[in-house]
Amino acid sequence: MFYVSMFFQYLSQYLKTRLQYRADLFVEFFSDLLSQAINLVFILVVFGHTNLLHGWNRDEIIFIYGFFLVPYAVFSAFFNIWDFNERYIVKGELDRILTRPIHSLFQIILERLELESLFGAITGLAVMFYAGSRLGIELHWYDPFLFIVFVIGGALVYGGVFIMLACISFWADARTSLMPMMYNISNYGRYPVNIYNKIIRFVLTWILPFAFVGVYPAAFFLGKNEWYWYSFITPVIGILFFVFSVLLWNQGVKKYRGAGN
Amino acid sequence: MDKYLEMIRVRFLMMLAYRTNYYTGIFIYGINIGAYYFLWTAIYGGKEQIQGLSVIQMTTYVAISWMARAFYFNNLDREMAMEIMEGKVAVELIRPYNYLGMKTMQGLGEGIFRLFFFSAPGLVIVYFIFPIRFTWDLSVWGLFAVSILLSFFINTQLNLLTGLTTFFLYNNTGLIRAKRVVIDLFSGLLLPISFFPGWAQEIMKYLPFQGISYIPSMIFTKGFSHQQAIEALGQQLLWVIILVIPIQLLWHAAKKQLVIQGG
Repeated sequence: MFYVSMFFQYLSQYLKTRLQYRADLFVEFFSDLLSQAINLVFILVVFGHTNLLHGWNRDEIIFIYGFFLVPYAVFSAFFNIWDFNERYIVKGELDRILTRPIHSLFQIILERLELESLFGAITGLAVMFYAGSRLGIELHWYDPFLFIVFVIGGALVYGGVFIMLACISFWADARTSLMPMMYNISNYGRYPVNIYNKIIRFVLTWILPFAFVGVYPAAFFLGKNEWYWYSFITPVIGILFFVFSVLLWNQGVKKYRGAGN
Repeated sequence: MDKYLEMIRVRFLMMLAYRTNYYTGIFIYGINIGAYYFLWTAIYGGKEQIQGLSVIQMTTYVAISWMARAFYFNNLDREMAMEIMEGKVAVELIRPYNYLGMKTMQGLGEGIFRLFFFSAPGLVIVYFIFPIRFTWDLSVWGLFAVSILLSFFINTQLNLLTGLTTFFLYNNTGLIRAKRVVIDLFSGLLLPISFFPGWAQEIMKYLPFQGISYIPSMIFTKGFSHQQAIEALGQQLLWVIILVIPIQLLWHAAKKQLVIQGG
């Protein structure tokens, strides 16, 4: 209960600060929209030269991209920890966090909320509805519920992987460029995994399971039976990775000695 | 002139001091090339060639355009925005050199560093992983060298332009991000310009972006004939000259209405 009320406290503070600088908010929203548009243009241009990508047609690929945007938006809104090392370890901010009476990871998530990223989910939904209507996908009563479950699963996969990366800073406090690298790898999950070779497919499924953010869950709505099994374990993988990352975090915090002072 | 050369050297040495960061950078570029390699082989499917490029040429195109990006890419726009916002630009203005010229030289120092410590080893690694075909025709390498130098100037000029807008907008992080995304697509880094539909190509002919990545990469992959390559170089040079005009105009306007916020 305490955690819920803390969340709303932070939320209201956050909204106040963001609405203070509305122009900035608008520009950010616009540049997000632009980068999403450019990814779509890429898909459109590519399909000007081919009809099928290993058995997937244009609208299916667009649908997957639209789906990917939703968990990605949820992840960027809540797990904004890519600069954890510089912000909390190097500057010693983590000392302050640790004196607070709520879980350190939760506190950091609250401090670093970036809810404007949720706009991306709206774009994603629009893209999915566009592609879905062209493909003639029927909406069943259970689809919205499964959609929410898959989105949460996908966001947890992302969150889990990035929390684990952040945990590296507890053991090695040197700056690494692992985070941008991971953003690049995560882009692989936007395309059907069967276009990659076996090793990459294995990595994307079991080691850095970014395929569970895009292709696998989206395949369910596209009615691709052969991928259903993967679709349904999306929430399981999400929870597993997230729980493991939190356990790792707790170990890391025990190991943390602080920088300076 | 001496002081500008010195600036290139200083930047080069500065980058050398932080070189470990670059080894992971090679991985990042390798991963990007890998992603596009698989995507492109899937797009080609069984096709011999699309728009006059074979799969191998396409893979080479992707690899070379990312490696060339390491040379021409820089964050001058963000650096300038920081200096202007923090008011450091006031000190820069009273120093005995041209601020924009100095920035360009810093960018060049950075580019030369990356060319030797990033692109060259990166290209060797990529060569062994992916099916890429290099030409040993020296004239192609020569044209390519001239071309990437010109693309460095075009890209840097666009960065300077974006950086200068800070004088008027005060906060342009959104603009900087938008510019980067636009350049990635319209410069031909993600896919060759010849893949775009005809009307889009027609528009892009009148924009400077394809001089950044498309032209050097096409020269390298021999997608251009010798004649076309020479014409393309002329086009790049033309843009370098044209872009000087808006930069000078903005720069003079900026100096007049400069407001230092602190410093």
